[in-house]
Amino acid sequence: MRKITAEIAVVGAGPAGLCAALEARLAGADVVLIDENRLPGGQLFKQIHKFFGSKEHRAGVRGFAIGQELLAQVSDSGARVLLDSLVYGIQPDKSMGLLTAGENCLLLAEKIIIASGAKENYTPFPGSTLPGVMGAGAAQTMINVNRVLPGARVVMVGSGNVGLIVSYQLLQAGAEVVAVVEGAPRIGGYGVHAGKLRRAGVPFYLGHTISRAYGDDGVRHVEIARLDERWNPVPGSEFTLDADTICLAVGLNPMTELVWMAGCQFDYIPALGGHVPLHDRNMETTVRGLYVAGDVTGVEEASSAMEEGKLAGVAAAEALGYLDARAAKEKKAEIEARLNRLRSGLFGEKRREAKETQLAAMQRARESEKEVV
Amino acid sequence: MRVLHHPVLGDLTGQKTVTIYYGEEPVEAFEGEPVAAALLNAGIRVFRKTAKRREPRSVFCAIGRCTDCMMIVDGIPNTRTCVTAVRDGMRVQLQDGLAPVGIAPEAGGR
Repeated sequence: MRKITAEIAVVGAGPAGLCAALEARLAGADVVLIDENRLPGGQLFKQIHKFFGSKEHRAGVRGFAIGQELLAQVSDSGARVLLDSLVYGIQPDKSMGLLTAGENCLLLAEKIIIASGAKENYTPFPGSTLPGVMGAGAAQTMINVNRVLPGARVVMVGSGNVGLIVSYQLLQAGAEVVAVVEGAPRIGGYGVHAGKLRRAGVPFYLGHTISRAYGDDGVRHVEIARLDERWNPVPGSEFTLDADTICLAVGLNPMTELVWMAGCQFDYIPALGGHVPLHDRNMETTVRGLYVAGDVTGVEEASSAMEEGKLAGVAAAEALGYLDARAAKEKKAEIEARLNRLRSGLFGEKRREAKETQLAAMQRARESEKEVV
Repeated sequence: MRVLHHPVLGDLTGQKTVTIYYGEEPVEAFEGEPVAAALLNAGIRVFRKTAKRREPRSVFCAIGRCTDCMMIVDGIPNTRTCVTAVRDGMRVQLQDGLAPVGIAPEAGGR
């Protein structure tokens, strides 16, 4: 079996993985960056909206432009990039199984950074398995990356930022958004995104849910019902819309398979999307030498994923002796300050609290480890 | 349906096309795009049928995770069409239930 070795292996070349690889490589480490897709960038290239936050977080720059810049920097850095390559398993000794160029290889690295991202949630209702029901992110990939409209008339379920942004991008791509359906009594995402849809005449059904979807070989009609204050459908309130597509924007959950397999400890934190690996302020997990970054550590967004990637890259390079303690401390303090600014405000504060819970759980895990020793 | 014009991404021009086959039906595709995108563009929505109840299934996640879009591609069953790029002359078949054992890959000539 062919062996591929590196000082640092980064699994996943989305925003977090690209930044991790870049930081570690710029510090001088020998880095290999691996992604199962044919193209790097993860989900950055379907983000055609301008990013939020302040200038330091690239606010006002569109996601795909950030992605192109990052790719160029990574390829200039001299990091090795393996695409169409799958890390399918990890052993207790941290050796990894890697399928690349049709060959089964052994991947050995002193430090591992897992940045495997997240996947979309599903919500069941009668007819929810019909062709035409898809994740909002899936529709976004189709219109913005593949330039294909999955349907002509869309019902969006969920009014968080993903639901609002993808609805607007569906309009930009030429689809009709016939409804945004939201179970809660108020819109979940930013007012600025909702305003764009309202001005375009998209109807919002707040306090409503999809009760069923009809069609033989795909969605044709969507039945919507009002919810009472206990979130139960009100009998007799149902009405039907003609639509061929239903997009589900009901959250994401971290893709943690490799991290579980490595034996890392987890905590269940709903605000971060479910089970998330414990990590410290260096992004290191309970398995020494194994770091995590981005949505796999808890679902946030691309800007914080990039900062977490940088943090993991700096910490792994420091652990290998490429950065002295003082230089590393300075870099990490800058990154952490930017992360804290991202995790502030109405929406960010909840995430910051959730991340503090996760860090505290990590600390307890480390302490109990000491007691055992 | 193609998104030919776009206020942010601009117009789509000069794409190289290839032909794939859905059963016997030729389907035009853009070079390098996923099979699933080419089929959805052609208005084809049923990618497979479930083993027990023969219910239709199609693309759900479009990032290779959910496996709902699996089809028989060049004779190879259980191929995730959302992460498999088209190739000129590629044969794509609806996967009806569990694919027969032993169909891959000699049957498809890959």
